[in-house]
This record gives sequence, structure tokens and C-alpha cells, in this order.
Amino acid sequence: MAELQSQAAHAATTPAVMSPWDKVVNLVSRYPVAFMTLFFILFPFVVPYQALATQIIIWGLFALGYNVCLGYTGMLSFGHAAYFGVGSYTLGIVLIRLWENVWFGLACATFMGGITALVLGYLCIKRRGIYFALLTLAFAQLLYFVAFQWVNLTGGDNGLRNIPAVPLALPGFSVDIHDPLRFYFFVLFFVVLALLLLQRILQSPFGRVLEAVRENDPRARSCGYETSNVRWLAFIVSGAISGLAGGLYALYLHFVGIESLYWVTSGQILMITLLGGMGSFIGPFIGAGVFLFLEDVLSAITVNWMIFLGTVFILCVLFFPDGIWGTFVKLIGRKSALKR
Amino acid sequence: MDFNVIIMQLFTGLSLGMLYVLLALGLSIIFGLLTVVNFAHGSMYMWGAFVGVFTVAWTGNFWAALVLAPLGVGLYGLVIERWLIRPLYGRDINYPLLLTFGLQLIMIEVVRIFFGTSDHPFSAPALLSMPLEVMGIFYFPAYRVFLIVFTAVICFVLWFFLEKTDLGLIIRAGTRDPLMVRALGIDMNLIWWLVFGIGSALAGLAGILAAPIRSVYPEMGIAMLVECFVVTVVGGMGSLPGAIVAGILLGIVSSLTTLVYPQMADIVIFLVMAVVLLVRPSGLFGKAGLLE
Repeated sequence: MAELQSQAAHAATTPAVMSPWDKVVNLVSRYPVAFMTLFFILFPFVVPYQALATQIIIWGLFALGYNVCLGYTGMLSFGHAAYFGVGSYTLGIVLIRLWENVWFGLACATFMGGITALVLGYLCIKRRGIYFALLTLAFAQLLYFVAFQWVNLTGGDNGLRNIPAVPLALPGFSVDIHDPLRFYFFVLFFVVLALLLLQRILQSPFGRVLEAVRENDPRARSCGYETSNVRWLAFIVSGAISGLAGGLYALYLHFVGIESLYWVTSGQILMITLLGGMGSFIGPFIGAGVFLFLEDVLSAITVNWMIFLGTVFILCVLFFPDGIWGTFVKLIGRKSALKR
Repeated sequence: MDFNVIIMQLFTGLSLGMLYVLLALGLSIIFGLLTVVNFAHGSMYMWGAFVGVFTVAWTGNFWAALVLAPLGVGLYGLVIERWLIRPLYGRDINYPLLLTFGLQLIMIEVVRIFFGTSDHPFSAPALLSMPLEVMGIFYFPAYRVFLIVFTAVICFVLWFFLEKTDLGLIIRAGTRDPLMVRALGIDMNLIWWLVFGIGSALAGLAGILAAPIRSVYPEMGIAMLVECFVVTVVGGMGSLPGAIVAGILLGIVSSLTTLVYPQMADIVIFLVMAVVLLVRPSGLFGKAGLLE
């Protein structure tokens, strides 16, 4: 692995004869966040309608958070609906009952997502591998049933309705963000923020430890890292980003459905991440784009669109376990250079 | 509260627990031997119930359905193992889980296409629809008595098969050290194949047994699957006695909660799981560190 990386670094630094294609690949791999930002600025003008673009980057953000767990730390969570849903409900409840301020609502959503991950993570981290997957699923279902029963707070089966469409308060003035394009750029602001933050985290020593835990837990432990705490922390970061995505989604819909906490949401984010490719920045967004685009097209044709998505997913597991982006990167043969 | 009501509810809990036991046994033997978490187990349970609905609609005979449902779902399991899961052996342990997750989405949609999304009424056979009277005070529905006895018999047969037959010996050995068993000249692929079939058949059997007492609809397996995961986590994954004890325990806990505080009925088993995890992270009968 180290040898591969040094080779890649070598290839990236030596100004050998490079084709224009190689140059582009090199630049993208060096400044992924900048290129993604550039792409996302143009993105709403190339999709069929802007609401789809907004959905794609919100789900992409969710998948990005999920990826901290699955892709970077190697923990298969089947319960990320919990943190997404908690974020959604928090934003809704804060805007309806506490303070009609979007910033405050989103901060609360992120915070609550992180806190929920802190509490449930404490229990789930106790077991690893498959048990971890089952535990996250079971605790997410627990939250679902709690929200279902707590009708006063959550609206139960009917969902949380009438989240006010408040303007965005900025110092000195306020902006109406409920125009689709403006809302898209509002979401994009948070996506870029999350990307920068994650890039910072992953390039820090802590980020290296995360990958060490994924690759070889006993070895990381023998190097002196308390790996269960590392896992726990990664889980909390992942939960907080999922909570932020949940808050944005509630803001986008003006509504929180009970199904946001249901395990189908957890399954969906897993499918999106696997479809796009684990362990990269771009993969989750590609996954979200493909998934939502397929859903959009297929659900117009048939109500049983899940059958096609399920088939695509199975084929992906069987033949392309690296996902779309991972397979693409492998094909152009720069796995280590483009990994991040 | 009436003593009678408590006894009745205990009894209902026991019959629910027996369904958990059948499903958790299937999950557990598949996991113990193949290290595959079968996410499609809930959908196989649902297919068992629908094979029952289909068979009864055609023949009007519950007993035929009781034979055909495990047989059909078992055969289906054989096909799935051979063509979809076997290619994934030797890869990361999460891949079969992901594959069966995708599979269950397809299985649910297939049923929606052929049977629609609504509930299907399914009644117990006439022979078993009257209540059984005990000591003139308790009236137990005969079907539930049948369910409990029948499941107990199945558990015994399974125990006998695993503990007293040569094939059972190979299976138990395969759980401990498949490489060694293979070195002794036994085709483990065949054993895995067979065990996946047996596990699937148990899910199908649970489905047809559940059909008269729970509603039959395409998503019926989803909640059941999660509950069975809880059962296997509480009992200890891969442990058969654990599956039986935890299944009965959680069935009874859940139905007694329904009596005392119905809002908590769906939630209580997760709380039991949280407590068990805090006290005994490997489950009641589980071995610490197995396949982590």
C-alpha cells in the first residue's frame, strides 16, 4: 500500500510527458473540493429541473456523512436514518416552536444529529462488523417507533407539517431563499463547507488513524490508538453531517415525513454510497445523482421502480463493488492518486 | 388486573415467541455456518405466507400449504445461494449482507406486482379454529396451541439432526473450522448450500404458520426481520439455544407490554436489547469475539 502511494506520488510530481487528459486528472485529484464546487455551480443549469439538483446535493451531503462511517472507517451502519431523521425533526420543531431562524435551526439539527450519534454510537461501538450493522438498524427502528408514538411533538404518522418558510437572516438584511435556484446555492454553501471540513479532518493525523482502523484494527491498537474511541468519534462526525443534511431536507420540503426515520432511508443512503463508490469525495454525489435520477425516470414509468433499483444494486454488489466512481478510477488506473 | 388475562397474554406471547424462534433459528444457522447475514430472511418469511395464500386459494387445503411453503421457499433459497451468494464467498463479509438487502427489495416488489399491496385474509383450518378449554377457566385458541407444539417439534427435529446425525456433525464441525472439514475431504460448498436451503425453509415455514394470526401483506417481513435481528443479538448470534431462549423471552415481553402499556409494545424489545448489550455484549449465549 505504502509502495503504491509513493509510486503515485512520484507519478504526480514528476513532470513526465503528460497528455492533456492526465493533466486534468492530476488537477482534479489535487484540488477535489475546488473542482466539485465549480461543477456544482454549473450543475443546476444542466439537470432537467432545479429541484432535482437540490435533492441530489442534499442526499449527496448525507452520503458524504455516511461515507465517513462506511468508506473511511469501514463501519457498515444500517441506521443512518436515525441521524438524518433527527436532524429533520429538530429543524422542524425549532422553526415551529422556538425561533424562526434558519441558521439556528440548522445548527440545532447538526448538533442533535451528533448527539444522537454520540448516545447510540456508544452502544453500537461495543460490537463490530455484522453486529454493528444489526445494532445500528435496531436502534434506528427504536427511534422510528418513538417518533411514531410521540404524536404531540412529531405529528406521528402524519409527519411534521407546516414548517414556516422563513427568510434567511444575514447581518443587516434578509434574503428569501425559497426560490429554487437560491435555495440550491444556499444548500451548496453547506455542502462546500462540509467538504472543506471533511478534507481538513481526513488530511489530519486523525484522518490517517481512521484509515488505519479500517485497514487493520489490531495493528492500529498496537500502535497505541484507542480504536473504539476513534470509531466513536468518526460515528459522531458522520451523525452530525447526516443531521445537517436532514435539516436541509426538511427546510427544502417544509415537511418531515415519519419515513425519514424508517430503515428504508438507511438502506437508501447505503445504496447511494455503494453505487457511487465508497471512500471518496465525489463518489457519494455521483451515487446520489444516479440514484435520484433513476428514481425520477423510473417512477414516472412504473410504480414498481424499486425492482429496477434493487437489480442495479445487486449487479453493483456482484460486479462493481467499487461503485461507479471507484470503477472509473480503477479503469484510468490512478487509484491512489484520485482516492481523495 | 385479571389473572386470566395475564395467562392468556403469556400464551399469546409464547406463540409470537415461537415465530421468532423459527426465524431466528434460520438466521442463526445460516450465519453460524456461512457467516452470511440474510437480509432477505424477512422477505422469505413473507413469501412463505404468500405461497400459503396462493396454495389455499387453489386447493383450499391448509395442510398442503404447510408443506408447500417451506418447500418452495427452501428451493428458492437453494437457487439464491448457488447463483447469487456463492460468488461472494471469500470477499468482504459485508457483501452477502448487501446483496440480500437488494434482493429483499426485489422480492417485495414482485409480490406487490402479483398480489397487490393490500392485506390478504387468511384463516386457520376449520379443525383448528375452535378454542381449547383448560380447567373451565382458560380458553386458548387451538391454532396457537398447534403453532407452539408444531414449532417445538421442529426445534426438536433440528436439534436431533444437528446433534445426532452424521450430516449434523459435519455442519457443527463446519461452524468451527470449515478449512479443516474441507481438508478431511468433505465438500463444504454442498454443506453450505444445504444449510442455506434449510434456513430459508424455516423462514418459509414461519411465514405460513404466521399467516392465520398476523396480517399477510408485502411488507410483513420488514418489521419481523428487524425483530429477529434483535432476537439473535440478544441470544447471541450463531447460537441455537440462544435463539430459542431469546425468541420466547422477547415474544412474551412484547405481548405482556401490550397488556400494560401498549404504546411501548414496539419499543420494549429494543430496550431489552440495549440492556443485554450493556451487561453482556456478546448476547445471552454468544461467544465473545465470534466473527467481529
